[in-house]
Amino acid sequence: MWGVIYVLPWLIGFVLFFFIPLLASLRYSMSTIQANAEGIAIQFMGVANYIQALTVNTSFNRALIEAITDVLINVPLIVIFSLFLAVVLNQKFRGRAVARSIFFLPVILASGVIMTLESTSLIEAVNQSSTGGSSLGTFELENLMVNAGVSDWIVTYLSSAVDRIYQIVSQSGVQILIFLAGIQTISPQLYEASKMEGATGYEAFWKITFPMVSPLIFVNAIYTIIDSFANNAMTELIRDTGFVKFDFGLSSAMAWVYFLAIAIILVIVSIIFSKRVFYQD
Amino acid sequence: MTTSRLLSLEHWKGWLWAIIRFVLITGLSFVILFPIFQKVSTSVKDKGDLYSAVVVWIPQNFSVDNFKQAIRVMDYWATLFNTFALSATTTLLTTASCALAGYGFARLKFRGSNWLFAGVILTILVPPTTILIPVYLNLKSFDLMGLVTLLTGKPVNLLNTYWPFILTAITANSLKAGLYIFIFRQFFRGIPKEVEEAAYVDGAGIGRTFSRIMLPNAIPSMVTVMLFSFVWQWNDSFYTTTYLTSSKVMSTQLSSLPYNLAQQVTDGAASQADPFYLSMIQDTGILLAILPLIVIYLFVQRYFVESVERTGIVG
Repeated sequence: MWGVIYVLPWLIGFVLFFFIPLLASLRYSMSTIQANAEGIAIQFMGVANYIQALTVNTSFNRALIEAITDVLINVPLIVIFSLFLAVVLNQKFRGRAVARSIFFLPVILASGVIMTLESTSLIEAVNQSSTGGSSLGTFELENLMVNAGVSDWIVTYLSSAVDRIYQIVSQSGVQILIFLAGIQTISPQLYEASKMEGATGYEAFWKITFPMVSPLIFVNAIYTIIDSFANNAMTELIRDTGFVKFDFGLSSAMAWVYFLAIAIILVIVSIIFSKRVFYQD
Repeated sequence: MTTSRLLSLEHWKGWLWAIIRFVLITGLSFVILFPIFQKVSTSVKDKGDLYSAVVVWIPQNFSVDNFKQAIRVMDYWATLFNTFALSATTTLLTTASCALAGYGFARLKFRGSNWLFAGVILTILVPPTTILIPVYLNLKSFDLMGLVTLLTGKPVNLLNTYWPFILTAITANSLKAGLYIFIFRQFFRGIPKEVEEAAYVDGAGIGRTFSRIMLPNAIPSMVTVMLFSFVWQWNDSFYTTTYLTSSKVMSTQLSSLPYNLAQQVTDGAASQADPFYLSMIQDTGILLAILPLIVIYLFVQRYFVESVERTGIVG
């Protein structure tokens, strides 16, 4: 009874600003919508908008596939990178507090507008080209790895990761925080015991830290996926179709296809993780 | 004794790792800080220094002209005030409503509360773009199930007011509110039940227990939620550029900055503008927009990092 009262503000908002709009959006996606003097006229059309989006619209499929490949490439990098950094930032060394506050700075700075403006900034572009562009000497490294017999696509993947280091660093602030918080809940006795048994730091990581934070790897993977889907070329396209071309029906259909794509990815990721994650209890 | 230490493998391994760690952290910190340094350097440069081959970081002629231009074009002080007011209001309301909901879901279980919590998760998973149009149309002629029509005769247009933000904040449905509810729920679940039971035994009601016992204990998670909420609202371009097109807040000013600069710096003759000069002022504008956040962060970062570690996001 009291629980209902505490949850009530959220429930009202959920119904008004989420659930009804969600249903309305589904309805719009199957209709043509015309705004006139009396308000909006909605006419049912079936799946015509979906067909329009998937087969006629020139940029939809490309934007969707780009968004998905981007996420699939970035998520493993971001999760691994942030786990690694969280482990490093958890160690004791001089200047740790400073390092931590710098690494969480991207949580504050990495936002939609600033990122877009920066990518169009001429000053930035000029400075980049004068320091040798973005391929920060990865060329030699690539050669080295190819000669050492590492398979081609791994080399391309890693060197592209080095080239996009700023993007990766700036998207992993929250994830580092979550991992750091998780690592600090692991009881120090576990590490002491393993040290007594003669385990190296490397073994301690794989046998203790990694299994203990594995639920958080799942959480972070989900968070990263959602985060990178929230603002990209696809959402731009959906907004443009809705608010510049005023084709609300098509825009809603696009948004639903997009949502379904994300949902499928999330389901696949949860299935993969649910088999491997180690829960303490 | 000393020779054996020098020869010990462990000792050298420790040193090697310390050096690698130092290089790594310094390098990555540099990657993060580089754009900020660059903007600071650009912003104090004189127009003439742009083409000077001598100038890379430290300008030959310091100038505050960029700041003057950017402040004028962005209408900085009014924008700063508006953004601050908007972010602070939504932050306070969001934190309050999400704390209530989080406590409700964590401790005051009722029939169907698990289903409702699944609803919270759903709000995190569904991209905001999907429901943008219905919410937009809803706000454009806001009716609240016919209630507003009953009182005033016709639905009100809430676009370009702060109401969409206030209403969603009160009802814990603002930007990323699902995440905040989740954080609060995890935190409250982590507080021992005995604390509450002691309060009940002493005769406190649920409301009193919540406000006197649970909330003071929840300060770490409140700091986290407040900082996230403030910063994300400050930077948010998704909702503000949709609901607040004509109001002067930081993110709408920033997104229209390139256009406004071309219009105003050269008195409308956009073709004559030097793109590098405009870009220079634009960088100064970005710096001005994030400067308040950086200042706030400098003050709270220590507390923030500590509190996140105790938030119990982890559960």
